[in-house]
Amino acid sequence: MSSCLSGNEAVAYAIKQINPDVMGAFPITPSTEIPEYFADYVANGEVNTEFVTVESEHSSMSVCIAAQAAGARSVNATSSCGLALMYELLYVAASCRLPITLACVNRTLSGPININNDHSDSMGARDSGWIQIYAENNQEAYDNFLMAMPIGEHLSVRLPVMTCMDGFITSHAIENIELLETDTVRRFIGDYNPENYLLKKENPMAVGPYDVSAYYMEHKVQEAEAMKSAKARIVEVATEFEKISGRRYGLFEEYKMEDADLALVLIGSSAGTAKAAIDRLREKGVRAGLVKIRVFRPFPGEELARALANTKVAAVMDKSEGFSANGGPLFAETRSALYDLKERPYLINIVYGLGGRDLKTADIEKVFGRLADIALTGEIGPTYTHMGQRSKEEME
Amino acid sequence: MIKAKDINERTPWQDLTTGGDIYEPGTARAFNTGTWRTNTPVFHEEACKHCMLCIPFCPDSSIPVKDGKRLDFNYMHCKGCGICENVCPFKAITMVSGGVAL
Repeated sequence: MSSCLSGNEAVAYAIKQINPDVMGAFPITPSTEIPEYFADYVANGEVNTEFVTVESEHSSMSVCIAAQAAGARSVNATSSCGLALMYELLYVAASCRLPITLACVNRTLSGPININNDHSDSMGARDSGWIQIYAENNQEAYDNFLMAMPIGEHLSVRLPVMTCMDGFITSHAIENIELLETDTVRRFIGDYNPENYLLKKENPMAVGPYDVSAYYMEHKVQEAEAMKSAKARIVEVATEFEKISGRRYGLFEEYKMEDADLALVLIGSSAGTAKAAIDRLREKGVRAGLVKIRVFRPFPGEELARALANTKVAAVMDKSEGFSANGGPLFAETRSALYDLKERPYLINIVYGLGGRDLKTADIEKVFGRLADIALTGEIGPTYTHMGQRSKEEME
Repeated sequence: MIKAKDINERTPWQDLTTGGDIYEPGTARAFNTGTWRTNTPVFHEEACKHCMLCIPFCPDSSIPVKDGKRLDFNYMHCKGCGICENVCPFKAITMVSGGVAL
């Protein structure tokens, strides 16, 4: 069923089709429309969801944790500082092994205060134990949200899932997308049947204990193993999803990588821009390609190394600063993934697009120009740079 | 189902409950906190009028009651706070130094 929807509308509709038990609701630009549209469905009696409006994002995540522990499917949606306000609870949700689903509409973290897109919010949560899946466009935002529960709820995983989309660019722009029929969605996600839950009267249960040092590490190892298992489960769910939708998803998307000499690695809607630029470069005979990371947590290190192994030079483009002084978060992961390769490409990092700073196809072509120079001369120049800012050096 | 009695500081990670979930109530009953004491209450039964004042004041519920009479202290859970000695009107409880009732 084809429909003209914004990313937020599409996710709100996905939630409607899923009909979860509980939604913890608190607004923040640009994710506000998700609980807002969903509130309409609630008011019109089109869902059975308990819509809990609370006083902050910390509380909305608390609602989800309590509800999920009680045995209820819970969802949430937020951005930026809202996600940051939930910070301690993100770790709690993951360590209590509660498969909550959260739509993160990527907006930069303050400050200065800015409401536009970059990935600093979800990147800030990358160590929390949440599975993180990124969308390039509205179709992927819809599809990823539908796949989240079968991924997180699986016994080998039992981890919360964050599906991310670029704020305003994806959340507010309207695109034609294919929707699934509601009973297809319901059959695909099935019922939520946890083995133990707070409301199970057969055995009373306590969630979220205190661990002395003699126990904490063991519980964390369990969690680490679950995140490792998530990789296989994500691929399995995507295979099932392809059967009902015809759309194929993996840990990342390889665009014109079969014979690529020069490659980009990036996340999100910038992939659309990059693909357009790559098409133009290919016409000119440049062997350019793109790896668009879809799953950031768990990070597909081995698979990415294989995808980049035959390139000469790659640029990892980070749409967030980690302030490591050593490059952005995606660069750190990518470099680590490539380390063990006997032969590996030159790797540079470009931090771009912060606070919604625009990225144009011309910018991508400039990056490929630099990659071509590196391939020719073997001179990398500075490994870690920023792109798109006004600076004296360029303005003289 | 993994129970609290199956878990101790030698249990491997594969044999702990997922996420530290606890599948039964009242597991504190089996946990010895009496070793934390630095002072210990002594029960003088002959002086006790079984007025039941000490029972609700005990923060650790360490004074068992049977057939309307209080019994000797539950030293597995008593942490030696001394509140019971403080509230007893009949000097039937005295605190001694150390972890043992001498």
